[in-house]
Amino acid sequence: MQTPAAFDYERATSVDGVIASLQKTGAGARVIAGGHSLLPMMKLRLANPTHLIDINDLGELSFIREQDGEIRIGALTRHVDLLKSELLARTFPIFRDAETVIADPVVRNRGTIGGSLCQADAAEDLSAVCSAVKADVVIRGAAGERRVSMEEFHVGPYTTAVGDAELLTEVRIPVRPGAGSAHEKVERRAGDWAIAAASAAVWIEDGRIAEAGVALSAVGLTTIHLSRAEELLRGQAPSPELFAQAGEIASSDCSPTADGRGPVDYKRHLAGVLTTRALTRASERARSQGVGA
Amino acid sequence: MNVSISINGERITREIEPRLLLVHFIRDTPGLTGTHWGCDTSNCGACVVLLDGAPVKSCTMLAAMAEGHEIRTVESLEVDGVLDPVQKGFHELHALQCGFCTPGMMMTARGLLDENPDPTEQEIRTAISGGICRCTGYKNIVAAIRWAAEHPNGVKEEVHA
Repeated sequence: MQTPAAFDYERATSVDGVIASLQKTGAGARVIAGGHSLLPMMKLRLANPTHLIDINDLGELSFIREQDGEIRIGALTRHVDLLKSELLARTFPIFRDAETVIADPVVRNRGTIGGSLCQADAAEDLSAVCSAVKADVVIRGAAGERRVSMEEFHVGPYTTAVGDAELLTEVRIPVRPGAGSAHEKVERRAGDWAIAAASAAVWIEDGRIAEAGVALSAVGLTTIHLSRAEELLRGQAPSPELFAQAGEIASSDCSPTADGRGPVDYKRHLAGVLTTRALTRASERARSQGVGA
Repeated sequence: MNVSISINGERITREIEPRLLLVHFIRDTPGLTGTHWGCDTSNCGACVVLLDGAPVKSCTMLAAMAEGHEIRTVESLEVDGVLDPVQKGFHELHALQCGFCTPGMMMTARGLLDENPDPTEQEIRTAISGGICRCTGYKNIVAAIRWAAEHPNGVKEEVHA
């Protein structure tokens, strides 16, 4: 029987209350939302918080809406809602691609985008998705809100820019013309972590890629931001050769380790193939359903 | 701490440690051992119950988190001798062998049919992908859920206490 170590439990009634409680309790406090990463870690005693703050009642953190030229997603928004959102399917279909292959439908009823991002597991899909679409996250603390890019947000393995007395409240994605996005994942069986996964977004203007985002899951210690591939793509016209070249960069710039999911050369190969496929599909989508064009 | 949880329409109040998992609360206090406790890692789906109508894995939720919510377990499916169509479907189509995954499979099926009364085979397979049947009897489970979709009005059965 797996049982977490003892802790105090508090149910939050406001975001300000969460921050005040985090400040008071210090580093022993953890916020719990869906709990599908934190509770398993607590059962294994890999995480031993002394104080849990349950934010599941904070309905104001659960939303997906378009506002001021951005898609805004509340941190408490659950996987099932990301999967079903027509707004996201229309603007950033990469979310639906990812959500159909994240865990299983029962887990998706509980897990949240904020929890997934804050867990910052390198094999987790939404971290790469948010990196590819150039999302920012909003982090709130006692002094107010700050907004950081996904690159700044990812500090290291399982480590983010969210401080001890701060709460991630929102994900914001700028809406720009000509967008297309896609996520490609290979897993051993339904609901498993990725062997490798690639997220890609392109913004095409006048037949050329004005901006691109590419990120990889499960092939390094953290989510891999493929900045060299993004540089290659900017200003170019989409083509199979270009996307194959980006795939080669993905193969060389990832740093997978051998494990039960496969050896290093296989994972490098997979990262390349999936990057090329994701870019190809993102570019097709940009042509057929570019956002706000 | 003191928690009060509605399980199958009955309010259960108990003093617990905050670390108590929902699956153990359900099995220990009202003694509803129909909800099975399997892998403990949210992989197997034997512990699935409905939380405000949506299937969740009760091994990966604290009992304290369920306060203020409605929990439905497998024991709520049969009402006054009338089997739920899902139960009847599992019976008709021999959708269980050892029976360990059955409560979770049936509650997942109930949640699916409440949301989508006429699911395709693929939709059923996706819905139960969070459950593991180690007897590998998936084919009959899928057929049973499809049977339940086609017989939504329950069937009067002799139920033994």
